[in-house]
Amino acid sequence: MHTVVRSASRTVVIGPDQPFCVIGERLNPTGRRIFQDQLRAGDLSRIELDVAEQVAGGAMMLDVNMGVPLLDEADLLSRVVRLVQGMTDLPLCIDSSVVEALDAGLAAYEGKALVNSVTAEDDRLAAILPLVKRYGAAVVALPNDEEEIPEDPARRLELARKIVDVATGRYGIPAEDIVIDPLAMPVGADTSLVTKTLETISMIRDELGVNMTLGASNVSFGMPHRHALGAAFLPMAMHAGLTSAIMDARTPQIVDAVKAADLLLGNDEWGANWISMFRARQAG
Amino acid sequence: MTPEEILQGLYDQTLVGNAPAVLDLTNAGLDAGMAPETLLFDALIPSLEEVGARFERGDFFVPEMLIAGRAMAGALERLRPLLAETGVATLGTFVMGTVKGDVHDIGKNLVNIMLEGAGFHVIDLGVQVSPEKFIEAIRTYKPDIVGFSAFLTTTMPMFKANINALVKAGLRDQVIVMVGGAPVTQEYADAVGADGYAADASAAVKKAKDLMQRRRVMAAT
Repeated sequence: MHTVVRSASRTVVIGPDQPFCVIGERLNPTGRRIFQDQLRAGDLSRIELDVAEQVAGGAMMLDVNMGVPLLDEADLLSRVVRLVQGMTDLPLCIDSSVVEALDAGLAAYEGKALVNSVTAEDDRLAAILPLVKRYGAAVVALPNDEEEIPEDPARRLELARKIVDVATGRYGIPAEDIVIDPLAMPVGADTSLVTKTLETISMIRDELGVNMTLGASNVSFGMPHRHALGAAFLPMAMHAGLTSAIMDARTPQIVDAVKAADLLLGNDEWGANWISMFRARQAG
Repeated sequence: MTPEEILQGLYDQTLVGNAPAVLDLTNAGLDAGMAPETLLFDALIPSLEEVGARFERGDFFVPEMLIAGRAMAGALERLRPLLAETGVATLGTFVMGTVKGDVHDIGKNLVNIMLEGAGFHVIDLGVQVSPEKFIEAIRTYKPDIVGFSAFLTTTMPMFKANINALVKAGLRDQVIVMVGGAPVTQEYADAVGADGYAADASAAVKKAKDLMQRRRVMAAT
């Protein structure tokens, strides 16, 4: 199954037979106090640097989240979407849990965006899926509901299935425009959590066949030497069936691991991407 | 083992999160006639304070904090009834929960560990805690402080909803409200009318102690 996203001038295809879709996570003020203060002061200068670093690092899409406490997120997100689209032709992932902000971000966006995100909660589905349909976007969906983030892979699959059923059946959104987030959890909190994520990924691949993305940096939260953990996790997840990740696109160790796994898993014909990456660095 | 060796052992084994050893040493101390509060204040609490300090410095990582907390909790379970008997007061009772709509719990759990380590009695309501559940727990446990945790900018407004529910239930004056979580700021805490905010687990303990102290002073005047 192929999920197609677009900016005004570039198309990106996410799919199991495609190079892994690296979505840069950096345009997000959570945990970045200085960036938050800048945004509060109306200073958007940092964004240009964040975009440039992620593009140079090999991002294929960029996630844009502008959740700053006490700021009008809808207004800020729509302005930043326009700003970023003026800096790069990479398609964007419009990221907010505020419905009005998603609406404003999508209205400002040129192309076909990926919306991040909806959950299996009935009120979230009812609020966000009509937006996704109206703007002809694709959507990231998290298999958690009002009660819980289930740990059990079978329960996550069940909730993922519910989302796909509701989106396709009730709202007419094609299954290829639904990207399930199998939920990456911090291995530092419990060392059995990542194997559960991997199991969820292969179950969703086998049962639903939809594309998947996740927040890869969650895995290494609270641990030392995070880059090595990211570089080990992503190839395993790719082998299980993960087709995309919202991740650190600025760190060569992690991006290289993804590109290497693309080649080793048969998604980089004749190693063309791998070789051109090498040449570009040699030239640089 | 001498009492000194037991205290040193408790300190060292808590630091490395060896729960079975900590429980054994706690029992050994009690069998040797040591006072429960000696074990608590001269070994367990200093050890957990050191764990917190190392975590803040970046020398300790999340799993190390969690296993140290678990080792301490095992000993506390053994000591708490004895401490109650001997009339050793806890620093205070703290009801804690992640707000409705939010399922993040690592940060909250770390704060719980540090609070327990400092001598608070912590009642953890878990995640997705509704205003009604907070109210019910406050009526049941009569805590000195209630803590609301949120990890998302979208769930932070639940702080205000919870505080409104406290006001409506006539409980607002009976309990100190603390808020925290990754996106929370002092400015936001002030805006929703919380009594206290802290940026990390160690700061939360310090703030909780300060607020308790301030309340005692105010009650005395």
